[in-house]
Amino acid sequence: MRVISHVAVNVFKESVRDKVLYSLVGFATLLIAASYLIGQLTAGQDVKIIKDLGLAAIATFGLLIAVFIGIGLVWKEVDRRSIYSLLAKPIRRHEFIVGKYVGLALTLLVNVAMMTVAFYAVLAYLNTQFPETVRAGWPAPATDPGMLRAIALIFIELLLVTAIALFFSTFSSPFLSAALTVGLWVIGHFNTDLRNFESVVESASGAYLARGLYYLLPNFAAFDIKTQVVHALPVPPSYLVTTTAYGLAYIALLLSAAVVIFERRDFK
Amino acid sequence: MDAIRTEQLTKHYRVGFWRSRPYVALDGLTLDVRQGEIFGFLGPNGAGKTTTLKLLMQLIYPTSGRAEILGRPVGDVGVRRRIGYLPENPYFYDYLTAEELLEYFAGVFGYAAAEGRRRAAALLDEVGIGAERRLQLRKFSKGMLQRVGIAQAIVNDPDVVFFDEPMSGLDPLGRREIRHLILQLRDRGSTVFFSSHVLADAETLCSRVAILAGGRLAAAGQLTDLLAFQVRGWELVVTGLTGVALEHARAAGQVVRATPLGDEHYALELPLSAAPDRVLSDLSAHGARLVSLNPVRETLEDFFVRQTAGPPRDRGLDTERRTEREHERRSEN
Repeated sequence: MRVISHVAVNVFKESVRDKVLYSLVGFATLLIAASYLIGQLTAGQDVKIIKDLGLAAIATFGLLIAVFIGIGLVWKEVDRRSIYSLLAKPIRRHEFIVGKYVGLALTLLVNVAMMTVAFYAVLAYLNTQFPETVRAGWPAPATDPGMLRAIALIFIELLLVTAIALFFSTFSSPFLSAALTVGLWVIGHFNTDLRNFESVVESASGAYLARGLYYLLPNFAAFDIKTQVVHALPVPPSYLVTTTAYGLAYIALLLSAAVVIFERRDFK
Repeated sequence: MDAIRTEQLTKHYRVGFWRSRPYVALDGLTLDVRQGEIFGFLGPNGAGKTTTLKLLMQLIYPTSGRAEILGRPVGDVGVRRRIGYLPENPYFYDYLTAEELLEYFAGVFGYAAAEGRRRAAALLDEVGIGAERRLQLRKFSKGMLQRVGIAQAIVNDPDVVFFDEPMSGLDPLGRREIRHLILQLRDRGSTVFFSSHVLADAETLCSRVAILAGGRLAAAGQLTDLLAFQVRGWELVVTGLTGVALEHARAAGQVVRATPLGDEHYALELPLSAAPDRVLSDLSAHGARLVSLNPVRETLEDFFVRQTAGPPRDRGLDTERRTEREHERRSEN
């Protein structure tokens, strides 16, 4: 654990000294703030628009951070040969992989927290701009803490994206890792279509293949409860628990696969 | 117990993208390094030195054979606590300062933060990194990175230190400081294993060397033995030698080369076959006087060149052809 925490802190240090990260977080915060102006263009829909845009900004910029830092985590160490000095020290290869992952998860946590604070600050300001009579007509208060559930699932989704990026970065180039990670993310958001594939095709083998892919590929759509929280629709706690457990299990599987590949790798 | 021991250590790579073929990077290296010695691992570029070091650090896995450090398999984490490693052309996290890098590595070894800071400061002093220690490593020159690399390799007071080309990128003063540091490490009881193609460094520092050529061990042993091993002739320095006497000696095949050192003062190179006392007696008969007589021994550089001379060995791995060649080689011997 001690070694993992040292590696994780080093990844965190690397991330917070990376200018790209600041640009992404800065831009996300700007977009969240700008949603206030966009909201004013839509009569009576201000709060909903700000909530929609804010949550979408947190998810999108979190995704960019997870992919662009995640794909370089291992590759950069190998390419620049900084891994040589590190792995010659009393550190096991799986500790290196887990440490890298935990470091990026920590970075993501801080960034998502910063974007969440900006999001709630804009909503709190908006809350002061409307009289009580208008506020009473909203389906949920502007600063509804229920939205934290959506942000929590966004965070789990980002952790999963990071695990995918890390998995690919143990054996492929950053470009390929980015393409594969984003590809999986896109497919994962349309995963439900794979489940329903059998109702639109006649081929039995095609239906089996689609069903197999449905179970194999990560189901990112499951983490998206933005619409429910914005419209104050009920989200059962059991759903949150099972989705989180699904995400964590998938992450554990990916990290195990990354460790198996990394353990056998030659650093030429 | 040996500090380092390898037995038939072999590494093959597959090269080429389309029809990949095997390449023998290291071929059956058997070596032992005793505790407390400075061991030079020599060879030209591509000889397999870095491959050997990577195998010892388990950055790559052997195709066959085995390697031990301090009596334990190389992958053992307990062993890694007792060793240090400087890679060739080291590169570190460029967003960290030199201080932070050493503190990070000290933390990996399990030192508490305060002890890590103390060690980092002392080691950076030792390798001559001053106020720059608070700069990010991206601003460091190659020589400064090399110094930081050496400091990180000894952050744990290792029993065995592996340096891959430690003098690379250093100016003459830096090389002298690092030579001094290596001797200090030896005096503290550490074993130092370093690879180099700078032969002067090995001549100055090493008690024993191994020479690698084409992925194979070409020679190993005490430096004095290897150097003494071949006396290739004699150097006779005389004074009062006339031109006529010199021509006479040349015509008799007694002198290979004559280098004038002054008026009638020469350094003569005699072939190994010449009996120096007879040549001296002949020259004395013509009025020459002896200044000095020394055997001309092979330098490490000559040895190195001789061992690595010849057409490059085919390092592809066509098993059948290689087995045939092995048989031929053995029958010739």
